[in-house]
Amino acid sequence: MVKNLYDNRLAVNIGGLKMLTPVTTASGTFGFGLEFQDFLDLEKVGAVTVKGTTLEPRAGNKGQRAVETPAGMLNCVGLENPGAEYFLQETLPKLKMINVPIIVNIAGNTPEEYGELAKKLDVEGVDAIEINISCPNVKQGGLAFGTCAISAVQVVEAVKANTSKPVITKLSPNVTDIVEIALAVEKAGSDAVSLINTLLGMKIDINKQKPILGNVMGGLSGPAVRPVAVRMVYQVAQAVQIPIIGMGGIMCAADAIEFLLAGASAIAVGTGNFCDPRLAETISHGIIEYMDAKGISNIHDMIGKALPNR
Amino acid sequence: MSKTMVDAKVVCQIVLSEDVKLIEVFAPDIACIAQPGQFVNVQVSKQAAPLLRRPFGVAEVNREKGTFTMIYRIMGEATKILANICNNDFINIIGPLGHGFSLNAKRPLLVGGGLGLAPLVYLAQSFSKDSVEIVMGGRTAKELFWTELFSDKVNIMHITTDDGSQGTKGTVNAVLPQLLKSGKYDCVYVCGPVPMMQAVAKVVETAGIPCQVSLEKYMACGLGACLSCSCGGVGKRLKVCTDGPVFWSTEVEEW
Repeated sequence: MVKNLYDNRLAVNIGGLKMLTPVTTASGTFGFGLEFQDFLDLEKVGAVTVKGTTLEPRAGNKGQRAVETPAGMLNCVGLENPGAEYFLQETLPKLKMINVPIIVNIAGNTPEEYGELAKKLDVEGVDAIEINISCPNVKQGGLAFGTCAISAVQVVEAVKANTSKPVITKLSPNVTDIVEIALAVEKAGSDAVSLINTLLGMKIDINKQKPILGNVMGGLSGPAVRPVAVRMVYQVAQAVQIPIIGMGGIMCAADAIEFLLAGASAIAVGTGNFCDPRLAETISHGIIEYMDAKGISNIHDMIGKALPNR
Repeated sequence: MSKTMVDAKVVCQIVLSEDVKLIEVFAPDIACIAQPGQFVNVQVSKQAAPLLRRPFGVAEVNREKGTFTMIYRIMGEATKILANICNNDFINIIGPLGHGFSLNAKRPLLVGGGLGLAPLVYLAQSFSKDSVEIVMGGRTAKELFWTELFSDKVNIMHITTDDGSQGTKGTVNAVLPQLLKSGKYDCVYVCGPVPMMQAVAKVVETAGIPCQVSLEKYMACGLGACLSCSCGGVGKRLKVCTDGPVFWSTEVEEW
């Protein structure tokens, strides 16, 4: 086990989830973590957030599922995953052999389904639950829950009632006021929030004169969304008391530091994993270098430093 | 040994036609273990755009020199940047990735169209020259460079062009049924556009010969994580990047 990683200077606690570094991975961009073991030491990542998991296996969407856009990409994978049972039987035992906290991202069609999933996953080896109420690529559930405070609350309550693990609610940027949703899920008992999920977008093939993605629309991620994400973290940080995991186009330590200064207590690397599979490990070194240069002894001394009156 | 990420030094780039180039890179860690049909994921720039890596099939390997080549068509932003990279510059490459071709055939027939011929160069290189035949399909005689790339690696070349400017007029299927009738081949390897691979697989399966196809799907990570390239297989989902890109034709349901 990696003890005293970075002399505990980077250790954070996200609503009860203890991590040795604030650097985590964004769901859907890091598989189950095992896919990246040739490139980095998973035990030097704060936590691994695994692919969105549903009760039943899902085949995902048909047609083209990803396309590059200026400084970003669109995807409409549609939550393809082998289902909770497979995860528990086949994947979790492998993850348990690695000393890294595991956050399981869950998605369902009804609040009851979210509750059932949370109960199923309330087992040793799962360290936290991330509620996906912001996937733009599925017809039922997903984004529909995340854009309305009332339904978001229903999902959070259903999950909280069925798990002993810290609950993180992943928020959608595809809303008029993300602060309203953040406050609502905090009140419902969410232990932390993560933001942002992808921004709904689309791209058209001008030769075929048709949308490129099989699902027509998809979620935009990558550096293109970073300013939007930083702004939303900055807004939410001023409203809620619970910790924030910030994400959106983080490609290097400097990007991660922006989120921390905006009020995020942890960050997640998403699309950046595709460009540099070592990123989730190397960003921590970069944060330490920045702290040394600025004379900051502990990460907590820089979280929210850019917020007003700080 | 497994996949790795390296800064590979560009040894040379060769112009093969108006818009097709061959790039040779020094990357012994990849060259020494790459199998025919495997691919690499190349970062053409460190900038935010183009953002994603681009997958290229391994076209030829020189293990003694520690180099391998890729053949690409200059089509978009990324390949334009790649085309302008100078000798001795470095590009970041992840590889080798995926599962390659089965090399058990005694009398292989290779069938390729367009850029799909690239991974077949290394495949041909892996068999003894006397045993390999290839069917090459192209639009016109313009892409003659392929015959030069294959001439010292295969025994017989069968050529078809859409306009009849070289070889037999038509697609590869204009010559394939007749060739298969000879009963000479024990495995057919296909790489090219999906409609061509589907049509070839049908003819080859009908002839009762095993057929391997190399799929290409838009992919973001190449590592089995993003699921952009996943497709339907018989009884299970397949990831083109890690389960493939090479599959038995009978394994694939959703091309």
